[in-house]
Amino acid sequence: MADGVDVQALTAWVREFDRLVAEHEGELTGLDAAIGDADHGANMHRGLTAAVAALAGTPPADPAALLKQVGMTLISKVGGASGPLYGTLFLRMAGAVGTDEVDAATYARALRAGLDGVLARGKAEPGDKTMVDALGPACDALDQEMAAGGSLAEALRRAATAARQGRDATVPMLARKGRASYLGERSIGHQDPGATTTALLLDAAVTTLGGEG
Amino acid sequence: MKKLINDPADVVSDALRGMAAAHPELRVDHENRVVFRGDAPVQGKVGLVSGGGSGHEPMHGGFVGPGMLDAACAGEVFTSPVPDQMVAATKGVDGGAGVLHIVKNYTGDVLNFEMAAEMVAAESGTEVVSVVTDDDVAVQDSLYTAGRRGVGVTVLLEKIVGAAAEQGRPLSGVADLARKVNAQGRSMGMALTSCTVPAAGRPTFDLSDDEMEIGVGIHGEPGRRRVPLAPAREIAEMLLEPVLGDLDFTGSDGALVFVNGLGGTPLLELYLLFADVTAVLEKAGVRIARSLVGSYMTSLDMAGCSVTLLKVDDDLVRLWDAPVRTPGLRWGT
Repeated sequence: MADGVDVQALTAWVREFDRLVAEHEGELTGLDAAIGDADHGANMHRGLTAAVAALAGTPPADPAALLKQVGMTLISKVGGASGPLYGTLFLRMAGAVGTDEVDAATYARALRAGLDGVLARGKAEPGDKTMVDALGPACDALDQEMAAGGSLAEALRRAATAARQGRDATVPMLARKGRASYLGERSIGHQDPGATTTALLLDAAVTTLGGEG
Repeated sequence: MKKLINDPADVVSDALRGMAAAHPELRVDHENRVVFRGDAPVQGKVGLVSGGGSGHEPMHGGFVGPGMLDAACAGEVFTSPVPDQMVAATKGVDGGAGVLHIVKNYTGDVLNFEMAAEMVAAESGTEVVSVVTDDDVAVQDSLYTAGRRGVGVTVLLEKIVGAAAEQGRPLSGVADLARKVNAQGRSMGMALTSCTVPAAGRPTFDLSDDEMEIGVGIHGEPGRRRVPLAPAREIAEMLLEPVLGDLDFTGSDGALVFVNGLGGTPLLELYLLFADVTAVLEKAGVRIARSLVGSYMTSLDMAGCSVTLLKVDDDLVRLWDAPVRTPGLRWGT
């Protein structure tokens, strides 16, 4: 587990992400009510529960198949903007891993590919008050730690910390994408729900992929 | 919350069952939540697909039928449908002449329709062109927002473009016409009360008895400003001023004028407002070529209205007058 991630670990990651989103559903919906349309928590919860059920129903053979299945389920079940964005994240990760166990460097590359996919799909830039503001710093932290020869566990811890800092940094930002952008100046002072969910995705990775579960 | 519902979670599927029962000329795919024309796909005709969150009825499902849409996808209340629905709709209306996606400019709708178009392209040879409506002048259109929202013009576009497709115009012509209609239309809305989303159970925002929200969106998004309640003739001025300021409607062919109710405002008040709108337009030198008054793009039970102006020419007027047979709009033979 220290240097590789298999189908079981990735399944655990998705299950833990689902559990964290369910646990925080009220908080996510509350954040979305302030600057969006109050459905982010419910939509993500519905999609992830379906993804977990699909994984249990037909367990994928390899990491690429697993990530693809999760991505497709999220696209089919979430709706709103989050469905295509989180779905694209997992689909691009699927394209960046093979059928073998995923080593630390591949995982980092895959998450970066996921970020690139989200950027291409949503056309958001860093600082627009979106999930990119948590995912971008997480990828950077992961790459830095891997370049320094750290373990996946340590790299994921750093990435999760960076994601949480990125999430917190969205509070003073002016929203430039999505429904929050209609608020203009009034979006300032609110934490972005999408970035909050992304921080949970990285928190889930620490306990399930970093060998600390 | 007092609503005619069984369970907040079942509102959309229950309503679709009712639609299917009331309109046997339509075919409802309950699994994918798509309303089809009963005779879809129509061979040789460009297929028109739209869709969006539910809660705006009769848009879009109520605009399915000869002379308008071939299929409409119903999302959860105020939530975009998912690509699977749009793929099913697209395949179901492909009569060999291509399919036009009519998408209102909201991030969720745009992203899901985009993915659906990619999935259709990857799976089949069906040609899909997308046109995005963005006519709401309440939103500043800049690099720093998601852009203007698609509102009232969408209804007019679906009617006009639907008539063109019915005449057998090719996909490129139908798409160009759709872009032209969007470019020539502008809208502005206002709310007297909030709406109540069934799943939320309480009003989306608070508005006191002596206030109104100018520039509100159709999902209860906040508007440009909150001001004291005013007489209808002042509201007509407040709504038309930014519309007339954004585009010149004084051309000789005039404008199609659409006063739309948001769901909780009686037709009596909409006609009253239309009279006041007429007075403002007369003063501004805008000729009224055609008009539409009623609740066609609603925001659940919100009280309030929107005003849409569409600059028209002979072609657009002829297409507007062409026969249409849908639950929501019906005229001609």
